[in-house]
Amino acid sequence: MASQYRMNLMVCTGTGCVSNKSLNIIDALNREIEANGLAEEVQVIPTGCNGFCANGPIIVVHPEEIFYQLVSEEDIPLLVEEHLLKGRPVQKLMYTPPETKNPVPTMSEIGFFKKQMLIVLSNRGIIDPENIDEYIARGGYKGAAKALTEMTPEQIIEEIKASGLRGRGGAGFPTGKKWEFCRNAKGDEKYIICNCDEGDPGAFMDRSVMESDPHEVLEGMVIGARAIGAKHGFIYLRDEYPLALERVLKAIDQATEYGLLGEDILGTGFDFTISVNRGAGAFVCGEETSLIGSLEGMVPEPRTRPPYPAVSGYKGSPTNINNVETWGNVPHIIARGAKWFSGIGTETSKGTKVFSLVGKVNNTGLVEVPMGIKLREIIYDIGGGIPDNKKLKAVQTGGPSGGCIPASLLDIPVDYESLKEIGSIMGSGGMIVMDEETCMVEVARYFLSFTLGESCGKCSPCREGTYHMHTILENITKGKGREEDIELLEKMGTLIKQTALCGLGNTAPNPVLTTIKHFRDEYEAHIRDKKCPAKVCKALITYTISKEKCTGCTLCAKNCPSKVITGERKAVHVIDQSGCIKCGICKSVCRFDAVEVE
Amino acid sequence: MTKISLTIDGRKISASPGMTILQAALENGIMIPNLCNDPRLVPTGSCRMCIVEIDKQPGFHTSCTRIAEDGMIINTHTDEIKAMRKTLLEFIFREHVTTCPTCDSDGNCKLQDYGYEYGVDVNKFTQIPVPSFPDNYTRNDHAIHYDPGHCIRCQRCVRICAEVQCAEALTMENRSNSVVVSTGLGKPLRESTCEYCGQCISTCPTGAIYEKNSRGKGKIKDVVKTRTTCPYCGVGCQMELNVHKETNKIMRVTTNVDLLPNYGNLCVKGRFGIEFVHSPKRLSSPLVRENGSFREITWDQALKLVSEKFLALKKQYGPDALAGLSSAKTTNEDNYIMQKFIRAVFGTNNIDHCARLCHASTVTGLSMAFGSGAMTNSINEVRRAPVIFVIGSNTTECHPVLGILIRQAVAAGTSKLIVADPRRIPLTHVANLHLQQRPGTDVALVNGMMNVILSEKLEDEDYIRERCENFEAFRAEVEKCPPKTAAQITGVPEKDIIAAARLIGKAAATYTIYSMGITQHTTGTDNVLSLANLAMLTGNVGKECTGVNPLRGQNNVQGACDMGALPNVFPGYQSAYDSEMVKKFSSAWKVPLSDKKGLTLVEMMNAAYDGSIHGLYLMGENPLLSDPDINHVKEALSRLDFFVSQDIFLTETAELAHVVLPATSFAEKSGTFTNTERRVQLVNRAIEPLPGTREDWKIICQVASHMGYPMNYGNAAEIMDEIAQLAPIYGGISHERITETGLQWPCPTPGHPGTLFLHKDGFKRGKGKFHAIPFIPPDEEPSNEYPLVLTTGRLLFHWHTGTMTRKCSVLDTLVPNAQLEMHPDDAGGFGIAQEEIVKATSRRGVITVPVCITDKVKKGEVFLTFHFKESPVNVLTNPALDKTAKIPELKVCAVRIEKIPEKNA
Repeated sequence: MASQYRMNLMVCTGTGCVSNKSLNIIDALNREIEANGLAEEVQVIPTGCNGFCANGPIIVVHPEEIFYQLVSEEDIPLLVEEHLLKGRPVQKLMYTPPETKNPVPTMSEIGFFKKQMLIVLSNRGIIDPENIDEYIARGGYKGAAKALTEMTPEQIIEEIKASGLRGRGGAGFPTGKKWEFCRNAKGDEKYIICNCDEGDPGAFMDRSVMESDPHEVLEGMVIGARAIGAKHGFIYLRDEYPLALERVLKAIDQATEYGLLGEDILGTGFDFTISVNRGAGAFVCGEETSLIGSLEGMVPEPRTRPPYPAVSGYKGSPTNINNVETWGNVPHIIARGAKWFSGIGTETSKGTKVFSLVGKVNNTGLVEVPMGIKLREIIYDIGGGIPDNKKLKAVQTGGPSGGCIPASLLDIPVDYESLKEIGSIMGSGGMIVMDEETCMVEVARYFLSFTLGESCGKCSPCREGTYHMHTILENITKGKGREEDIELLEKMGTLIKQTALCGLGNTAPNPVLTTIKHFRDEYEAHIRDKKCPAKVCKALITYTISKEKCTGCTLCAKNCPSKVITGERKAVHVIDQSGCIKCGICKSVCRFDAVEVE
Repeated sequence: MTKISLTIDGRKISASPGMTILQAALENGIMIPNLCNDPRLVPTGSCRMCIVEIDKQPGFHTSCTRIAEDGMIINTHTDEIKAMRKTLLEFIFREHVTTCPTCDSDGNCKLQDYGYEYGVDVNKFTQIPVPSFPDNYTRNDHAIHYDPGHCIRCQRCVRICAEVQCAEALTMENRSNSVVVSTGLGKPLRESTCEYCGQCISTCPTGAIYEKNSRGKGKIKDVVKTRTTCPYCGVGCQMELNVHKETNKIMRVTTNVDLLPNYGNLCVKGRFGIEFVHSPKRLSSPLVRENGSFREITWDQALKLVSEKFLALKKQYGPDALAGLSSAKTTNEDNYIMQKFIRAVFGTNNIDHCARLCHASTVTGLSMAFGSGAMTNSINEVRRAPVIFVIGSNTTECHPVLGILIRQAVAAGTSKLIVADPRRIPLTHVANLHLQQRPGTDVALVNGMMNVILSEKLEDEDYIRERCENFEAFRAEVEKCPPKTAAQITGVPEKDIIAAARLIGKAAATYTIYSMGITQHTTGTDNVLSLANLAMLTGNVGKECTGVNPLRGQNNVQGACDMGALPNVFPGYQSAYDSEMVKKFSSAWKVPLSDKKGLTLVEMMNAAYDGSIHGLYLMGENPLLSDPDINHVKEALSRLDFFVSQDIFLTETAELAHVVLPATSFAEKSGTFTNTERRVQLVNRAIEPLPGTREDWKIICQVASHMGYPMNYGNAAEIMDEIAQLAPIYGGISHERITETGLQWPCPTPGHPGTLFLHKDGFKRGKGKFHAIPFIPPDEEPSNEYPLVLTTGRLLFHWHTGTMTRKCSVLDTLVPNAQLEMHPDDAGGFGIAQEEIVKATSRRGVITVPVCITDKVKKGEVFLTFHFKESPVNVLTNPALDKTAKIPELKVCAVRIEKIPEKNA
C-alpha cells in the first residue's frame, strides 16, 4: 500500500467481481481520476476477493474504509466527483441491510464482516495479489525467514503440532503429525503438494485464497518443505481457475526472483522449487491418492491406503499433501506462535475456518470465522438471515460428502467433532443454506447425482452402490417409492460408507443418511402419501387455479409454455392436468395468488 | 528370512514378511473371495470382495492390499462381512448380465462360484434397466472380443496390459457406472498399441474378454487341459491346450500363472498361433512323387521305399554321400534319434540343422571364449539387472515374453536399457540409449565401447587377472579403435558410444542379450567373441543378472544342438572327431561310427549342387525359404538322387522331395524341448495323432529298422533315459523329474537341482579367453548397381517361413503380407509411394514386394522379413559364410529397389 496517496481505492478483482466487470471499473476509475487531475492524489489498487461476492463489484476506499457495492461502470463519474473531489461518500452505492433500510458506510460496521475473524484471509482486499512487495509489507515471508534461519525442522513440526492446526481439506487430520510422518519416512526424495482441486459445488475458498493472497500459500509451502525435507512442491490447481493460475504463477516467479524460492533460499542453503499442475476436471482428484496419480500422469483413480502418501506417494516417494487453506495458516502460526493460534477456537479445533456461505441466505460469500462459532451466528449474524423471511430448514456442510443439519441443531458449535457427531463433516468449507421450500429428498438426490457422476468407477460399492441409491431416490421423487426403500437406502448407504475405496465413496451416502435421519417424515410423505411437502418434486404436485381468487386476467394462459390453461377473459381459468409440465410459471405470474400447489 | 505369524479365523499361520493378508491366507489354504486379484498384478483392492476385519483396527480392510503384520488377528468370514459381500456381489451382478448358460466361462468363473456361495439374489435390483453397449473397441476385431455386459470393471485387463505387457493399449473409459474397458480415444483395437498377446483374456475373471474364434466352442466341463511347451520361440512358455473331449480339437490356449518361465504370460503366437495343428493342409498320408506329382502310398510302402533307396545310395556312393537335416522344431528325443540314425545307420557325420543359420557362431564363439556355447544366465534374472544391453535382438517381437520382462524392468526403474540395432525396433522406445549402427559393424561398435572402458579405467581388473587370459593381445587390438573411429565406421555418434560404455562400465551388473543381428554375419563368430570380451572386461560372466545371453530362436534349437544334431559333436557337446568319444558312442550304439568331418547345412547344399551328396533325409525344415540364395538351394535339392522330407505340411521344400512322410505336430507328441535358458521342459500329448501321421522319432526308428539297424523305444521317456546316460549335461534329467518344473542343464546327476547360470566358479574351459578382434566389413557392400543395404528379420505376428503362422487365421489376417521397410528419403528419391509393389534385386535374384515407408530404418537401408513365400527375401540374401561357424550372412546384402513399369504404358 502506497502511503503517499490521499486515497486508495481497493477494487476487488476476484473471479466474482471480475465477472461482474470490475476490470472495466478500474479502467473507468483511472480515466476519471486522470480527467479530474487526481492522479497524484488517488490510487486505484486491484485486490483479491473480499468475500462478499453476491454484492460485487466491490470498491473499498481507504483510509475511511468506505464500502461500495454493486458498482457499475456508469456509477464511476458520480463516485469520483462526489467522493473523491467533494468528499461526500455516495450513499446509494453503500450496503443497505434488508431489515433496516439504512445505508452502512464502512466495512467493519457491516454485519457480514463484523463477526468474521481473518487469519488466512487477512490480506484480502488489502493487497495487490500480483505484487510481492505488498505481501512483504504486510509481514509476509517473516514466517518463512524465521523457520529457515531460527528453527530446526523438528522445531517447526513441534510448533505446528502445538498450534493444534488440523487439515482444512475436510478430514481434519493434525497437520503437524502428518508432517512428522513424512519427515520420518524413509526416502531420498520427498515431495509436498498443495491441493487446490476444489470441486465441491458452491465452494470457492481455495480459489479465493489463491487469487487474493498466493504468496501466503507459497510461504506455507516453503516452511512445510523445510520441515519435511522436500526439495520440490506441486500445486495441483483446477483448470477452471484461470485467474488463480495466473496469479500463482506470477507469485512463483516473483518469489523466485526475490530468492524466496529456488536454490539457497535466503542464503540458508535450503533449495525448494514449486511447479503448478492443472487439473483436468475430475472431482476425484481432490482425493489425495487420485491427485498423486494424476500428477504422475496416470489415470486419476484412488489407491488404497495404507501405504499412506507420507510413506509412498508421488512416484513412490514420501509425500505430504495439504490443502490451500491449511498451507495458508502455516506462515501465521510460525510468525505469531503456536500459542496465539491455539488460543483461538475450541478444545480440539483450533484457529479459524473459511466457509463459502451460499444458498438461501441474504449475504452470500466467503467468510472466515473462529472455530466453535455457532451455526446460527454464521447464518443470521453474518449471513443476514433467510431471504423473504422464510424459515430455515437445514444447512448442508461439507458439500456432497457432508450432511444436512436441521434447523433444530442450529446452536451447535462449528468444530470437527460436533459436526461429525450429527452425521455431517467440516469438509473443505462449503455451507449451503436451505429454506422451507427445499425438498430434502430432492437435495439428497441432487448431491448423490453429483457424486455418482464424479465416481471414478474403480470400486464396486461407489460405482454401483451410489447408482442404486440414486435410482431409488429418483423413484421416490417421482412417486414410485416403495415402503422398503428407506431401509434399503440406509443399508446400502452404510455398506458404501464402510466398503468404498476412497473418501469420495466413503462419504457419498452422507447427504442421504443425514436427511433420512433428520427428515424421515419427508421421505415417508413421498413414499406413502405420494406428496412432496416442500412442493418441489414435480411428479407429486399439481397446480390448480382457485375459483375464488381467479379474476380471469388471462395472464397465466398467455404465459403457459404448454398452452394448457384455458378460460374466457374475466372467467375462471382451468389447467388441463394432462398437459401440465409443472413449470410453475402460472403461479409466478399470477397477481392474485390464485394458482395453488398441492 | 524369519517368518511372521498371524491368526486368521482362529487359525495360527505363518507367512513371509511383505506378503499381503490375502497371499498369506491363500498360501495357507484359507479362501478369501477375490475378483480383481491376479498374482501378476499390483493389487488395487477395487472389487472390495476380500474385505476382512483386523483386530484393534476399526473398519474393514481389503486383504489384497494390506501387508500382513506379525501378531495380526484377522477375521474373514463374520456374518457382517458375509452380508456385505452378498450386497457387493449383487451390485456386480447388476453389471454382469447373468447369461451363464451361453457363456464359455460357465464352470470356470469365480463370480459364478461366489454368487452361488453367497446366495446372491441376482434380481434384487430389478428397477434398474439392463445396460446396453452397442459398440466397443473390439468392433470388427477378428481376434479378441469384449462384452461389457459380462465385464465387472475389475480393471485386470487394463492393468495387465500396462503393468505386465507394458503395451498400454487398454484403459477405462467414462466414469461411474458407465465405465467400460476401451482403448485410447476408443479406437479399434487393431489401431491401438495392442500386441494381441491376449494377456487381457488370460486375466479376465468372468469371460468378458475372449478369443473370438473360440466363442461357443465348448465350456470348461467339455475340455481337457494339457500342459505343454509353446512350439514357437526359445523362451519356452508353458501353456495349456484346451482340447474338446469329443472333437479332439484344441479350442483355446490358457496358462497357469504359477509356472516358470512365463508365469502365465503368452504372446500373440502362443495365444492365437495353434490353429495350424488342425489345418486342413496337414499331411495325412505318405506321398511319393511320380511324374512330377504326388501320389499317396501306405506307410509300409513308404518305409520300404525310403530304406531301400538310402541303402542303395549308401552302397553305391558310400556313407558320406548321404546327409540328414534335423529340426529345431521337434523334440530332443526326435533330434537324438535323428542324429543317432544318421551316424549309426547312414554312417556319416553329415548331420546338421537350422541352428547353422541362427546360432552356429554363438556355439563357436562362446565355446572359444568360455568353453560353452549356451545362454550363460536365466531369463528371469533380466528383471533385476541394473543394465540391460540388447544388441541385434528385436526382443519384443522375436522373444516377446522375454521382451516384456525387459520393458517391465525399465518401467520399474530397476534397469537402464541400451539397445544397439540398425532399426528403431520397439524396444528403442523405452531404451535409455539407442545405438543405431550400420548393419555389420558390431565389432567396431563394441571395440569402441571397450576402448572407452579401458581408457577410463572402468574395467574389472581383479576379474580379468583372476579369471581370464590373453588380455594384453586383446587390449592392443582395442586400443586401435577409439570411439571416434568406431563412430566413423558404425555411424553411431561418438558421445553415445562413450555413454553406453560408461553405463556398462560403471554398472554393478550388465545382462547382455543378443540374437541374429550378431550371429548372421560373415563375422558372426567375431561378433560373439566381441560380446564375450566386453562381458569379461567388465566382470559380467559367472554372476547373477549378468552374462552373455544369446536368445535362441526356435523352440528347441538349444535342444537340437544339445542332442548333437551338428556334424562335429555327439549329444552333450562331446566331440564327434575325438577318438575316445567315437569309441564311447560306438560301443553304446553297438555300431562302428565315422570320425570323418561332417558337412554343415550350407556346405551340404553346395555338395548336393556339386553332386557329392546324393541322398538327403530332411525332418521339419523348410530351407527353400529359410536358407540364403534360394535359387541355388532349389537347384541343389533338385539334383539329389533321393530326397525325403518329413513334415506336417507339404512345404515349399517338401514339394521337391521324392518321398514325403507325414509327421505329428507338437500337440500330438510327447517329449521335451530345451528352451533358450537351457531349461528342459516337457511336451505333453494333448490330442491323438491326426489320422495317417506318426511321431518323428517313431518314423525314423522304423526306417532304421528297415535298414537293418533295429531302434526300439517304448516311449519318449525311454529315449531321454538313454540321452541321460550318454550326455553328462543331461545326466540327471528324466521326464519324471520335470513333470512340474523344467530343469536347466548342466544337470549331471538325478539329485542335481540344475544350473541357473554358468561359469560361476570358473569358466568351463578353465580361464575365460579374450580374443583380439579387428573389424572386418560385411562381405557385400552397397555399390552403384546395388545402392541399398538389405537387412532381414522377423515380425511379432509371424514365425519363420510362415509354415505354421500363415495357417492361423488370426495371425494371417493381422499381417497378411510382407512389407519392405524403406526410409522416406529413399522412397522419395526413387519415386516410390506407400504400399507400392516394387522389384527388389540382388546379385542372386529378384522378388516383388510392397513397400512400407517408415523412419524405422535409416536412409540407405531397407528391411524385409522372411515369413512370406510371396516375397521370399532369401532369394536375395548372400550365402557367404563365416569361416569358423559356416553361418551365412543373412543380415547384410546389397540390393536395388525399382518401380515396376506399368504393363500397358
